[in-house]
This record gives sequence, structure tokens and C-alpha cells, in this order.
Amino acid sequence: MSLSKILKNAFLVIIFGLIITACATKKSVKTTTETTTETSTTTKAADTQKADPIKKLDALMQGDVYIGSDTVGELASGVPDRVFFATNETILTTASRETLRKQAAWLRQNSDVTVVVEGHADERGTREYNLALGERRANAAKDYLMTYGVSSDRIKVLSYGKERPVDSGSNPLSWSKNRRSVTVKAN
Amino acid sequence: MKNKLLLIIIFCFFLKPGISYSLVEIDITRGNLDPLPISVSPFFIDDTSKEKIKKNLDIDNLGLEISKVIENNLRKTGLFDTLNKESFLQKPDIAHLKPRFEDWALIKSQVLITGKVSSKIINEKDYIRIEFKLWDILGAKMVDGFSLTTVPTNWRRVGHKISDKVYERLTGESGYFDTRIIYVAEEGPKTQRVKKLAIMDQDGFNTKYLTLGNELVLTPRFNPTNQMVTYLSYFRNMPRVYLLNIETGKQEVVGDFPGMTFAPRFSPDGKKIIMSLAKDGNSEIWVRNLETNIQEKLTDHPSIDTSPSYSPDGKYITFNSDRSGYQQIYVMRSDGSKVKRISFGKGIYGTPVWSPRGDLIAFTKLHKGKFFIGVMRTDGTGERLLTENFYQEAPSWSPNGRIIIFYRETKTDDKGQGFSAKLWSIDLTGYNERLVSTETDASDPSWSSLLGN
Repeated sequence: MSLSKILKNAFLVIIFGLIITACATKKSVKTTTETTTETSTTTKAADTQKADPIKKLDALMQGDVYIGSDTVGELASGVPDRVFFATNETILTTASRETLRKQAAWLRQNSDVTVVVEGHADERGTREYNLALGERRANAAKDYLMTYGVSSDRIKVLSYGKERPVDSGSNPLSWSKNRRSVTVKAN
Repeated sequence: MKNKLLLIIIFCFFLKPGISYSLVEIDITRGNLDPLPISVSPFFIDDTSKEKIKKNLDIDNLGLEISKVIENNLRKTGLFDTLNKESFLQKPDIAHLKPRFEDWALIKSQVLITGKVSSKIINEKDYIRIEFKLWDILGAKMVDGFSLTTVPTNWRRVGHKISDKVYERLTGESGYFDTRIIYVAEEGPKTQRVKKLAIMDQDGFNTKYLTLGNELVLTPRFNPTNQMVTYLSYFRNMPRVYLLNIETGKQEVVGDFPGMTFAPRFSPDGKKIIMSLAKDGNSEIWVRNLETNIQEKLTDHPSIDTSPSYSPDGKYITFNSDRSGYQQIYVMRSDGSKVKRISFGKGIYGTPVWSPRGDLIAFTKLHKGKFFIGVMRTDGTGERLLTENFYQEAPSWSPNGRIIIFYRETKTDDKGQGFSAKLWSIDLTGYNERLVSTETDASDPSWSSLLGN
């Protein structure tokens, strides 16, 4: 994905914020609708969360992208190790790009460090497709690190698909935490 | 498997059922509405054989056990009502010689299975000989039967072979009982699942674990002769497609690819493996010829292309792609040409698997937050959804194309508890949904073809 495309998509994200229906691709429209349907009709856990102060969930998710800090570790002091994605998406949000720029800056300062970017998906997709999706997400993060000056031979990608969730819940918030790419030191 | 063997032999048919037209016949193209009453008599076993077999296998009455294997197989088809043995009026040995048909008609049985087990010594080694007969009660005649001799440890397989014969005779379709399922055995919390390759008989017995669980393994699939398995392993954190010889335990990476390879399946002749290669954020479908070691890219599109599956004649490949914006099912020629989308219903579609009969494609569908297993014709028409649940996927066909096995995961509660993954099967008719028993949690099932002799 080219930088200009990333920036363009991010621009759209900023403009429309929560209104994902207006987001960049038709794909997001669809998947968001499906997740929403699930929240209202089939997921008890989500219903509970809905009944809870709506603010609480809003503070943790924007659209269906996780924006909280629970489960987030550090690549280095002050440098978050992961970024989050919308359902079926590989587009980097503003917050994700900020995190990745911090990672890139730290990696430029520590030029002997190599990393593995692990790509993950939530449990709401078929296993094989999710392996491909995880790889796509990890590469979106890798590409961004590269645009900020980290050479590609220092970054390996590894897709886990949906095999290594960080949150074992079956609700939209848990799924949002699991749709992630995590930058891990490899040496 | 190490006790490959197996059934030595003497596969002598008592009777060539040429003209004898069985009166009882089952139409299995409809749902199970009226299961056929069938009696499986305990197989007769003489006292000397009984003692010897007890020493060999630690089984008190092998004749009874074999009849239970058959009974269990037939009952689970949903097509047969297996009658309670306590209602049987005739003793096993007499019934096997010649049943008194009125006695069996009295308990409303339409079909009777009898048999006889004896121990034998050939070249100073112990064998068992098993004989079976299939009787039409209303027609008052024997309609089929055979005998075979094998090593004692194969006794369950004999039960499966008899079940296959009965099924074939009564439904006109080939059976699926003398088969195995390879799957991924799962244990541990959802966030740290330990996964192993496991193989078992179709009825859940004789489970063996083929890997130790040290690395993540996924999506095992048999080759046509059931000796090889291709699967995805994260050995040394390098997710790659592997080939495993079940008998020797030898495994090797398939090909030399510059990225993750996954979603492997054999071609119908077993000579090639198709799979996806993910590189630089793009997944394409590749094929590797195992004899020539030539590998070739079949798709060329910046979208995700995965889950390929050959048609039984090897001329076509169905696969999953999100080139339209969402996951949909496509069909192309096996050289990669003439790509055509076939799924157009509401929702998104994945995991297409071509039926062994060639006329249908099974798939997973996600619509309104629910997962469905369904089938459609190979041109995409005639979509039928067989089962709906919170999460299920990965259909695999029985060798006769009548049954689909898949796995289903449960939703966890607020605390992330209550997760399970189990194998299930369902008839093509959409009836007869059943849990397939496994020792541990299980996923990614692949059904073997009928085992040979």
C-alpha cells in the first residue's frame, strides 16, 4: 500500500470519525454493519456492555477499532508495541501511525535491534483467510515503519491469523483488541 | 499407520447378489423421516476362540463387540433404527445358520445382520476369521455376506467393512465407515492453545497423536491414498506447508517459498499440492508438483486468494478471494485461467471444498453475525444452508459425498470462559446433525477416502 493511499485513508478516518459508513472502502461499510448487527442481536456480552454506560465503550473503541491501552505492552519505554485494526481492514488509523512513528524513531536510534511484526485477526473469520489477513496487517505496519526509515531487512513479519488472541472474550471489545499487529524485538 | 496391513484377504463373497433384488431399499436423498428397523445380532463366537481372543485383545466377547461397532455406525447414519438386542428371540449361532424369519418379523425388524467369529492360526500367528450375512426378513432370504481373516487388532475395521457392505447394499451408495478423520487436537486456554495433529477412526476410536504440540499446527488434509498428510506447521516460527508420511512419521517442508505458505490441499491424483503463499501483504495461490518439484503461481491479484480446492477430475479449482471487496467463492481452470466468481448471496463466503461427486461445493458463510455451513452447485446456483451457529467452518466431505464434517466453536462468556471447539457432522440433506466424539477439543477435520485392504 502506498504512503499516499495510507495518508488519504487516514484523512478520511479523521474526517468521519465514528461514521464508518462513510469510510474509505465499501468493505468497511459491510463489515461494520455485520458487527453492529451482532452486537444488538446475538452477543449477550455485548448487550451487557451496551447497557453499561455507553461512554465506557466509546472510550475504548472508535468505530470498531480499539483505542484503549489494556493489553498494550511496550516495545521500549514510552513506545507502545501494537496497533489495532477495524474488522477485515488493514488500514492504519491516525493513532496507529503515531504509534508506528514512535517505533520507527526508536528503531532508528537502536540500529542493532531487529523486530518481528506479528499480525493477528479476531475469531470471526475463517482460519485460512485470517492467516492471510494477519499477514496483510503485519505488512501494513512494516511498510509504515519502512517509510519512516527502518530498513526492511530489520523487520520480519509473522502472521498468526486468529491463533493467538490476547483477549479470550467473544464480544466486540475483545475482538477489537485481537485485531492487531504487534512489534516484537527479535534479538 | 503402523498396523497397515491389514486385512488379509480371503474376501470371499458367499453369494453374488446379481439377480436377488433386495426388497428393502432406502432413499437417502431425503431427510431421515422413517428409519429402517434393523437387527444386528451379536456375532457367534465359540468358547475356544473366545478364550484365545480374550488373551490377545482382553475382550470378553468379540462377537458382541463387533456387532456393536456395526450397530453404532448404522444408527448414526440416521437411516436405521437399530433394535434392542434384548428383544431378539433367536440365539446368534442359530440365527446365523438360518434365521427363523417370523421371529424377526415379530419384533418389526426388516433387516437382520448375523455373523460368526473364530480364531485361527496361520504360520504360528494368531488371526481372526469373521463371517457375516445380511438377511432380508420380509423377503425371507440372505442378500449379501462375506468372510475375511485378519490380525486380531483389526477387529474394529472388520466391523466398519461390514457396515460399509450393509450400507451399500441397502442404500445403493458407497459406504464411508472404514475411514479415518485427521484433525487438530486442541487443549489449554483460548489465548494459549496447544495444538497437535491427531488421527482417529471415523467413529472416534483408535486416536493417535502425530505431533507433540511443541509448535502450532493447522489444517491437515489427506492425500487420496490416505498415507500422506499436508498441513501447516509453525516449526521454528516459520509457518510453512509440510508433508507428513503417516506410516513413517517422516515430514518435510513443501517447496521453497519466500514467505508463509498455508491452506494446502492435494490434487485428486495426489501428485500436486495447491496452497497459498503470503508475501508482502498479498496472498496468491500456488501449485507445487511433488514429482517434478516445479512450482507455479496460479492467481495474480493484489487481493487475498486462499483456500483452494480441486474438482475431483482435477480440471478446476475453487478458491476464496476478497477481490470484489469481500470474501467470495471463485472457480478457475486448474492452470489459473478463466476465473469466475460463483457466490452472489448475502453475506461473505469462505472455505470452498469441492464434493467428491463433483456436483457441489461446500462452504462457510458469514451473514448477520452467524456462521453457516452450506452447499451450492459449482456454478453457484442452488445454494442451500445446512446448519447455522455462533461459529463453525472448515467443511470436509465424506468419501461418498453424503456427509459433511466441520468444526464448531462456542462463544465465551464475559470472563472469556466456556470456550470449546468440537467436530460435528451433518447430512447433505441438512438432517442428522451430530457431535463427532474426540478425546480432546478438535478442529480442522479432514475425512479420508475409503481405506484399502
